[in-house]
Amino acid sequence: MTDTCKKIGSVKQLEAVRTAAVEAAGSSAAETEKILICMGGGCIASGSECVKNALLESLDKHKLGDKVSVVETGCLGPCVRGPVVMVGADRAFYQNLKPDDAEKIVEQHVIGGKIVEELTWTDDSDNSASSPKIPVPLQDDIEFFKRQTKIVLRNCGLIDPGSITEYIARDGYRALGKVLDGMTSDDVLSEMNKSGLKGRGGGGFPTGRKWEFAIKSPDPVKYILCNADEGDPGAFMDRSVLEGDPHSVIEGMAIGGFTIGSSQGYVYVRAEYPLAVERLQKAIQDARAAGLLGENILGTGFSFDLEIRMGSGAFVCGEETALIASIEGERGEPRSRPPFPAVKGLWEKPTLLNNVETYANVPAILLNGGDWFASFGTENSKGTKVFALAGAINISGLVEVPVGTTFREIIYDIGGGILGGKKFKAAQIGGPSGGCIPEQYLDTPIDYESLNALGAIMGSGGLVVMDEDTCMVDVARFFLEFMQEESCGKCVPCRLGITRMLDIINGITQGHGQPGDIEELQQIGEGIQAAALCGLGQTAPNPVLSTIRHFRDEYEAHINDKHCPAHVCKDLVSYSIDAEKCTGCTLCAKKCPTDAITGVVKGPHAIVLDKCIACGMCLEVCRFDAVSVK
Amino acid sequence: MKISIDAVDFEARDGQTVLDIARENGIYIPSLCWHVRTGKASRCRACVAEIKGMRGLKESCAVEVTDGMVVRTDTPEVLAARKMVVELLLSNGEHNCISCEADGDCELQEMAYRLGIEKPSYILADDESEEGRREVDESSEGIIRNDKLCILCGRCVTACNSNVMHQVLGVGYRGKDSVIICDNDKPMAESSCVQCGECVQVCPVGALSFKTAKGKGKSWQVEKKTVVCPYCGVGCTIDLGVRDNKVLYALGTEDRYEKQVNRAMLCVKGRFGLDYVNSPERLTAPMIRRNGKLVETSWDEALDFAADKMREIKTKHGPGALGCFSSAKCSNEENYAMMRLARGVIGTNNIDHCARLCHSSTVAGLATTLGSGAMTNSMQEAELSDVILITGSNTTWSHPVFGGMIKKAVLEKGVKLVVIDPRETDLAKVADIHIRQRNGSDVAWLMGMQRIICREGWADMDYVRQRCEGWDEYEKSLEFYTPETVEELSGISPEALFAAAKLFATGGRGAIYFSMGITQHTHGVDNVKACANLSMLTGNLGFEGGGVNPLRGQSNVQGACDMGALPNVFSGYQAVTAEAAREKFAAGWGIDPANMDTEIGQTVTTMIQKCGDEIRGIYVMGENPMVSDPNLNHAEKQLGKLDLLIVQDIFMTETAEMADVVFPSCSFAEKVGTYTNSERRVQLGEAAITPPAGTKHDYEIVAELARRLGCENFPNTNDALFAELKELTPSYHGMTYERLQQECGLRWPCPDEQHPGTPILHVDKFVRGKGLLSALEYRPPAECPDDEYPMWMSTGRMLEHFHTGSMSRRSEVLDALVPEGQVELHPLDAESLGVANGEKVRVTTRRGSIETQANVTSRVAIGSIFIPFHFAEAAANRLTNDALDPIAKIPEFKVCAAKVEKIV
Repeated sequence: MTDTCKKIGSVKQLEAVRTAAVEAAGSSAAETEKILICMGGGCIASGSECVKNALLESLDKHKLGDKVSVVETGCLGPCVRGPVVMVGADRAFYQNLKPDDAEKIVEQHVIGGKIVEELTWTDDSDNSASSPKIPVPLQDDIEFFKRQTKIVLRNCGLIDPGSITEYIARDGYRALGKVLDGMTSDDVLSEMNKSGLKGRGGGGFPTGRKWEFAIKSPDPVKYILCNADEGDPGAFMDRSVLEGDPHSVIEGMAIGGFTIGSSQGYVYVRAEYPLAVERLQKAIQDARAAGLLGENILGTGFSFDLEIRMGSGAFVCGEETALIASIEGERGEPRSRPPFPAVKGLWEKPTLLNNVETYANVPAILLNGGDWFASFGTENSKGTKVFALAGAINISGLVEVPVGTTFREIIYDIGGGILGGKKFKAAQIGGPSGGCIPEQYLDTPIDYESLNALGAIMGSGGLVVMDEDTCMVDVARFFLEFMQEESCGKCVPCRLGITRMLDIINGITQGHGQPGDIEELQQIGEGIQAAALCGLGQTAPNPVLSTIRHFRDEYEAHINDKHCPAHVCKDLVSYSIDAEKCTGCTLCAKKCPTDAITGVVKGPHAIVLDKCIACGMCLEVCRFDAVSVK
Repeated sequence: MKISIDAVDFEARDGQTVLDIARENGIYIPSLCWHVRTGKASRCRACVAEIKGMRGLKESCAVEVTDGMVVRTDTPEVLAARKMVVELLLSNGEHNCISCEADGDCELQEMAYRLGIEKPSYILADDESEEGRREVDESSEGIIRNDKLCILCGRCVTACNSNVMHQVLGVGYRGKDSVIICDNDKPMAESSCVQCGECVQVCPVGALSFKTAKGKGKSWQVEKKTVVCPYCGVGCTIDLGVRDNKVLYALGTEDRYEKQVNRAMLCVKGRFGLDYVNSPERLTAPMIRRNGKLVETSWDEALDFAADKMREIKTKHGPGALGCFSSAKCSNEENYAMMRLARGVIGTNNIDHCARLCHSSTVAGLATTLGSGAMTNSMQEAELSDVILITGSNTTWSHPVFGGMIKKAVLEKGVKLVVIDPRETDLAKVADIHIRQRNGSDVAWLMGMQRIICREGWADMDYVRQRCEGWDEYEKSLEFYTPETVEELSGISPEALFAAAKLFATGGRGAIYFSMGITQHTHGVDNVKACANLSMLTGNLGFEGGGVNPLRGQSNVQGACDMGALPNVFSGYQAVTAEAAREKFAAGWGIDPANMDTEIGQTVTTMIQKCGDEIRGIYVMGENPMVSDPNLNHAEKQLGKLDLLIVQDIFMTETAEMADVVFPSCSFAEKVGTYTNSERRVQLGEAAITPPAGTKHDYEIVAELARRLGCENFPNTNDALFAELKELTPSYHGMTYERLQQECGLRWPCPDEQHPGTPILHVDKFVRGKGLLSALEYRPPAECPDDEYPMWMSTGRMLEHFHTGSMSRRSEVLDALVPEGQVELHPLDAESLGVANGEKVRVTTRRGSIETQANVTSRVAIGSIFIPFHFAEAAANRLTNDALDPIAKIPEFKVCAAKVEKIV
């Protein structure tokens, strides 16, 4: 759907438009006649476009094209189950659909009124491969959804992101109307301060205080920036908001603009998010056409406009000063702070910079009050947080929970536990510069303070679950390598210090570790934390330092015993075939990619170690438990 | 305010950084990326400190002080971070002090030494990536780039982009692959680099070094001497690096750099063009022509011969049969000596120098209208203007360091720029408005602009009423210059002219800068007057950021004029026709005023025209008219008619080859002396090397001749000459060598020893009283294209070369950069002639013909050609027109008609 809205001239008129939209939704398209299909990036990747076309074809075939609408929504959350579809007023939840399934859903459910149970959600948390999966057909009964609290994602999956009227129907732009209809900058600030919202981009700086700095910087020209340069591997919180509910960000920025006295904003989106850019661009145009952006918004005299600026793929441009440099057309390198952007930012003007998720919270806070928002979360960390679940977890996808929810609740109750029934080893939180949390802290509430105490950070919301097969030294190496690749190179500690750490850790995983390596890693790591220019550099050693802290024994095994306990580090792993158990079935030899296995049919096989690349294929395929790894 | 560093309180001022305070108070905080001329960079993290209330360690170069700030630079964390930085830097690359050019002058070495790091405790693994395998870049003529020594401090990048404004260097790639690149990562020689060497000067380590000095001396073996650059009129101060009497390299003077005219920057000529002083081609013995050939002889014989001949001519034909060519390359002292020789010893006013060929029209035009012929303001004021009009100056080539200052003013300070020039110069490319006028149409467009300004009410009539005269006649003369007429004469559309007039007249403080594109015309004086008119009409004279500013072309051309190396004035512009002045000088010299010449003498150009006729002998000091003068074929013939030609030079120039006597003299690097730059700043140069055996200083030779011609009291030391000249020259009266050194030069007038000098002329009133608005009549150039010679031809300077090439073409680097002459030809003209870039062409005018190489470029307009005049073998001046301005006698170098043919 691609509707637009004519220019709305006043706050009163906005209310009328909203009422009309709500009524229209209630009358003409009753929920029984609505099929919601997720068009988030994840579901598109697993084929939701084809499913959507198949649904449309099927509806056409049954001459239901006019009566049943297929609504493309933003991300519903359980990406691993995509493409997903919700049908009807009671929200039957279909998963992993293929185009062929469309006909069944239309015939049996839409026409026949009977849920197609074999296609609906299943509860896999039991984990044993043999036990039958239990279908849970209705969304309201699904644990994954039941345990979430959606403020940021309030509209995601429920509305067509291309429809401004659907957004307005769900109280969209009502907060902006409320702010412009009599609230002062101080009033807004007071609500923001009451809410206790902290920046969701990673730093966790109190948003209200940031706004206050920008308000107090005296300059007739100020800017509002939205950081949508989400770059953490596996993180897609901001992308999902922009794809699923772009107007919430626009509204949040407009409120910010009013509050600090800015009339121009920029959204800095990474170019790898074409769909987010497309939907945001349309939303900006629609908002302009509706008089919700541009000159004299809602006839109140307040003017504010937005433009999109695209990033070019540098992770460091998510750092606020580098982002500003990039918008200015300079090389994306961080700058020294102070002066902070709120004092001297874009083109040396006071600049308010928050990320997508932070802005998306703002309309909800202003509409419902700061106290309401503060009722979620913990003593010091308020509201909700969106996490992208990835790794060895059953339901990888997007979830939103009150801050302070424990790792165990997210991983087991919502995420359905560890994939394949394996044992949990660690959760990596906070993106590449976050930290690894071991099993004994599974009941730690996820809030800013508790994570800092464990040597991790909230970060932007990436949560990677790792099982027993994970080598923590290798994990640290992986993230360090990422940080080295993404270091801009401006300051010495980050450019060369990370390289030095990587040299050491590569040595450790390759069997060249020496006594003292751990101490040197710690020494340089702490030096980088203290002396690097920007947040990227200062946090880059975290994966190493936190794994040393919580998994020191694994480092020691690598260094002292030249042994990788998880059998991951190829140079420290050796495979062998037990001649007594080997039946000579030749399967391992056939599968070996480097022809490292010799032996005749029905005779015992052996591995030529010179050729072996320790890929583990022989172990995986052997049916007689004859292959072992050390 | 007060701040505390390591528990000691220090006074601090707003805007200072922690590093500033530490340096002021002798606290050592190392800094590898910060440099006084490139500012903070936040890259090296070597200067980090703990600052109470701030998270982590902060770089002290970037943190501005606040009252009560508490800083610690001595905690274990700070020292550990510092050590980590140095270890990391040393562990990456190939830092080998033994072979490094920076050894002893290396800031990384110094830091490691201070921290007690003998060698890094580890070496980072070799980078196998494409970017990691970098060869030393030795492609360029003057600079070696070695990435393995580079610490990526970024100073060179800032200096290139923001000081000299060449915008070549940048940081390329990312993270550990980061390297300093030229343009889009080209070898330096293939990039847009102009080899100014600024990057080398700011490099804290040996990553950038001078190829010319490689292996020739370590820092402690090289002596530094401060001299004034011998090239253009900017007058850059240079610290010459000297070892074993050889000039190894040149650095812009960093000491009190903000007060130095060039702020420690140099151009390619100042940087690499000074090795000519060590050239094996230097003349080291006097020569006399015997049997048609110049043969070496003794000083006594040569001096006696010359003096005898001069006396003979004077006796036979009178003192007016002798003439002296003084030199814009020699010091004030030497020019003064030559002036005294001519007027006080020979008794003639036939003295002139090459200012005749460049700015005689300026001197005449501005003296008439304002009362002083010099630049009214100072170069560092460029960024204080609101709008700048540049016409007839390819500033980034002819006055490169000043060109960079203009570029900075425009690109970084928001100054508006109007360029009116037939060529698309570098500054035209960054200008707000660039207009290409037809060659020689300047009076038309300048007066046309003024007509618009009057009509639109943009004129500053209060200023005009209070400070100027001549309005009625002036206003009447403007009527001719309607936009339509101007368009017909100049090719400038009325709209463009209107836009330029509006921007200049209404844009705030307006400065006019011009050079030889304005002066070298048969109507050069009118052009200059038209510029002065424009400035007066818009009320732009007498304050910072305004003014009418002729950019002088040679290191001491202003000084040579000041010293009276002109046919009409003594030093200090005291007229030879004034009896009082003659009496004053006669008294100073101890001669009878009755023996002095009372008439204005002959000019360089008229002396040449009168050779063999009224003029029988010419004494040339440090000039090369056989390349610099117009219509060389004619000049050669004329000089051949002389009874006596004395040439005094450091090289066997084209003119020296025709001489009867040749005196070998000393270069700038070998002498103490004062030089006056374009902005009237008198600066003292040190002697950096000892002169080659067999040579004498110019002033010594002049004094020797004077003595032989019967003058017993002729001063023969620099001190004596300076003492005498300042006594007789009111505008130099307050200057001493000590003051010049201490105050980084003084701008005249400086009437007494307490006077601070005068950066801006005409502040409350004009030197002549009221400024004179001139009514001007348009006159076309002496020769315009026709069917036979269809192209507009113009001449001028290149970035890499200078004047007659006698210096720059004997510099290894400059000669390698541009070894031969060329003609700029527009691509469309090249196409119709069937000429490709680099092919040989023949250029012919009514006066001669040369063969040269085509440089196909749209820098020149269609139908126009431009020929640099530095190359004797393809001398542009064999083609130029020797038609003269009736007042200034300046030739029309900038316009003549030519034809171009492809050589098959």
